[in-house]
Amino acid sequence: MTETAELSFVRRYVFSTDHKVIGKQFLFTAMGFFTIGGLLAILMRTQLAWPWQEIPIIGPLLYGEASGNILPPESYPALVTMHGTIMIFFFIIPILSGALGNFLIPLMTGARDMAFPRLNLASYWLMVPAFLLVLSSFLVTTGPASAGWTSYAPLSILQDAAPGSAMGQTLWVLSLMLVGTSSLVGAINYITTIVMLRAPGLDMFRLPMTIWALFITAILVTFATPVLTGALILMFFDRSLGTLFFAAGEGQVILWQHLFWFYSHPAVYIMILPAMGVASDVISTFSRKPLFGYKPMVYSIWAIAGLGFIVWGHHMFVSGMNPLLGITFMTSTMLIAIPSAVKTFNWLGTLWRGNLQMQAPMLNALAFVSTFVIGGLSGIFSAATPVDIFLHDTYWIVGHIHYVLFGGSLFGVFAGVQYWFPKMFGRMMSNTAGIYHFVITFVTFNMIFLPMFYLGAFGMPRRIADPYQYEMFSGLQGTNQFMTYALFVLAAAQLIFAFNFFYSLFRGKVAGKNPWKANTLEWTTDSPPPLENFEEIPTVYRGPYEYSSPLVAADYLPQDQYVDGTESPRGMPAPAVSPAAGD
Amino acid sequence: MNPMPGVGTMKFAMWLFLASEALFFAALISAYVLLRLTSPSWPDVSELLNVPLVALNTSLLLISSVTMVYGFASIEDGKQSRLRLYLIATAVIGTVFVSIQAVEWAQLIGEGVTASNSVFGSTFYVLTGFHGLHVLIGILFLVLTIFRSYRGRYSQAEHGGVELMGLYWHFVDIVWIFLFTIIYLI
Amino acid sequence: MGGLVPGLSTIAGPIDQIFMVVLVLTGIAFVLVEGTLIYFLIRYRHQEDRKATFIHGNRRVEILWTVIPGLMLFGLAVFQYDTWIAAKIDFPPESASEVISVSANQFEWNATYAGADGELGTTDDIEAPINILHFPIGKPVIVKLESTDVLHSFFIPVLRVKQDAVPGRPSEVWFEAIAEGEYELACAELCGLGHYRMRGFVTLETEEKFDAWLEEIAARR
Repeated sequence: MTETAELSFVRRYVFSTDHKVIGKQFLFTAMGFFTIGGLLAILMRTQLAWPWQEIPIIGPLLYGEASGNILPPESYPALVTMHGTIMIFFFIIPILSGALGNFLIPLMTGARDMAFPRLNLASYWLMVPAFLLVLSSFLVTTGPASAGWTSYAPLSILQDAAPGSAMGQTLWVLSLMLVGTSSLVGAINYITTIVMLRAPGLDMFRLPMTIWALFITAILVTFATPVLTGALILMFFDRSLGTLFFAAGEGQVILWQHLFWFYSHPAVYIMILPAMGVASDVISTFSRKPLFGYKPMVYSIWAIAGLGFIVWGHHMFVSGMNPLLGITFMTSTMLIAIPSAVKTFNWLGTLWRGNLQMQAPMLNALAFVSTFVIGGLSGIFSAATPVDIFLHDTYWIVGHIHYVLFGGSLFGVFAGVQYWFPKMFGRMMSNTAGIYHFVITFVTFNMIFLPMFYLGAFGMPRRIADPYQYEMFSGLQGTNQFMTYALFVLAAAQLIFAFNFFYSLFRGKVAGKNPWKANTLEWTTDSPPPLENFEEIPTVYRGPYEYSSPLVAADYLPQDQYVDGTESPRGMPAPAVSPAAGD
Repeated sequence: MNPMPGVGTMKFAMWLFLASEALFFAALISAYVLLRLTSPSWPDVSELLNVPLVALNTSLLLISSVTMVYGFASIEDGKQSRLRLYLIATAVIGTVFVSIQAVEWAQLIGEGVTASNSVFGSTFYVLTGFHGLHVLIGILFLVLTIFRSYRGRYSQAEHGGVELMGLYWHFVDIVWIFLFTIIYLI
Repeated sequence: MGGLVPGLSTIAGPIDQIFMVVLVLTGIAFVLVEGTLIYFLIRYRHQEDRKATFIHGNRRVEILWTVIPGLMLFGLAVFQYDTWIAAKIDFPPESASEVISVSANQFEWNATYAGADGELGTTDDIEAPINILHFPIGKPVIVKLESTDVLHSFFIPVLRVKQDAVPGRPSEVWFEAIAEGEYELACAELCGLGHYRMRGFVTLETEEKFDAWLEEIAARR
């Protein structure tokens, strides 16, 4: 093991093979992209509130004299495309799988690093050209990709069908190919590490839910991402070599949708499962109570992942696909709600008769549960195929996806980052700032996205730069303005989080090994952990959720703490001396 | 703790990688199947393509898998030069395979079938092209393995790299059997 | 939907009814779940002298809350099969319907009606002015939908009708309007920079008025 002092700055912090550093690299770049994606959303919502109006200062800066200082019509589709693309591929997936996954997996499994540290380095650095490609697409004269993050053919194939369908779309395709490769490489590393490098005594059914979730997510990535890569390659060839895969008439236009959604539906589970894992761990820790229904929770994640592969057609009910498939996909889609419901009930079961501590991570985890429920329930309407005839491609869908992605995944991220910040950086974030951030975010989030169901029930379509062109939607401008004002406040509230985060990096209260008095293995080592993670690899004697156990006086019982008279892991002698409990 | 004694992390990871590759080819193959089933006019493959030649080519690839297996068996017995012999044979046969494929491509292009003037062409060239690319990459890795063998990297006790090479090569072979069947035979 | 947009086709009733059923079921689920959540947050808030209950789960409850929602969701799916089949699979016979061709292109709608011979695709076909569509009420209408360039989607909210127009792959969508009025058609699939203004004007009228309108525009041509 190389001593830290011997590595140059570049080897230690830039081209590092240390999973903790790589995790932080993913974390910081994801936060940067979140800012960009958020700014794009602000521009979109400004257009929806005041279409074709000049924004003071920003208008002339961004759009220039040539377009009259206002958003040009062809730019709105580019805004929605890049907002979706950046948020999905450059924010939420990297921050959940890349940042939390990388940082936590070896620590929570009691390993010194990932199975393949150099491959891990590659998985981050493959993202860097992807970043450059996607960012440079904003600077192209014909504009960035503007066929939606879903990039349906032929709009995305015919170079002159839309301005962004020229170079912007090419850059989009190439960038996503790199993202896919990075994800795949990371997933192989995670699966190998979790299966093969667990500490002694750490059976699979003693793993924390965060790890189960990251594990199953990695399996989804391994099986689903190659299909997207294949689809992107076919798209690239259609665009550059004139192949006819998605060509109208000779090829099959809808083939793109099948291939795309075969990946992208599992992808939405890639985006939510890690957050579900985080929620389980945070809720259990702050309830001081075992997770309710550990095995059902694990099986539910397996069910979500498995069923996730057979529901893709629910994005295509009115696409021209054989309508008989509407029946099969509706049925499978209704069924996939079951494991999510089971998980929700088990989170409630965990809270029941707990001793709930409302610190910032817990508040965000609770927000996850409450908004995920709304997201999931709203999905049942879209799963109802006849109803989806009306709701498809309207703001109902936009509301649904943001309740599960923002309400779900993002609150999960807020919970996870605040929960593990002490372990990552050795300092505490301010709980007070965390609470302010949470309250404002939670309230304004609902103010923005709940009305979207109302808009959708009116039939207001998505991706439309000026809905009030239609008389039937002309009465909706007031609602849209309300939502935009709420977004301004939401955006400002994120500054609280950002300030809290960066200030605490330098001036936060120094954290000990286990500030939350939690049970999992990462809390047994220093904050931040040494290069080799653990002085000695821990031995595990129990599951991760033994809070308020009658075996000890404290209301927590770390996984690696031996209690005299209790069962030892298979084949391991009991230690001669009980290791001391954590701080 | 390793729950699967006898399977190292590298071998485990190689299986995962091959699983992802299987899905990649599955995407291309399902595109082919959908396009062919919904196409109003698909060329008569028995006339357009040189099926006997490609059948021969397929058997060559199968033989190369056999030589690969013999190579692995040789190093399991500690026989270095035998290993190299079989690795070289595998690489040579692989090169012949790709060359015959190139000849086939040239013939087809000569007959006016390109990737852009027919859906058949699009699927044919992309499917066989990506497979061929995988064979080429396999040959590169075979050459690398041969060099490593000369440098004394493999022994009876430690030859994991040869096993990984074999797994990859057999995978590429199996994919070809699928492709050959659905493009040339059915 | 849900009382916000009038339902002016024969399929609107069944569709809106399904929406209502789902709304009631999800509404109950919402109140129960969120209500329980809020209750627990208050009831079990942190108290120094209390230890949480050390329980890992309950098998019976797990089975109950898996099977009951499972049956309800499966039932909900099956409950809708008929409506979906009626909307998208069981088409009325062309002989009893008004068959209209609608072509979507960047960024306009072009409707073509059968002329005196009652058949589309013949020389006496009547082309409506751009973005103008008239449909008779009380009679099934079959729209033969196609696109000349990229994907568009034929969406008339009051009729509860939506179907993608796929270039190279004509499709059909049917409905039967039940009341007169002037409404709009929106494109519901991103089709480029003019997507936001791909607006059609839909007139639902009695068959007499519809025939009269057809004669009028035929004469103009």
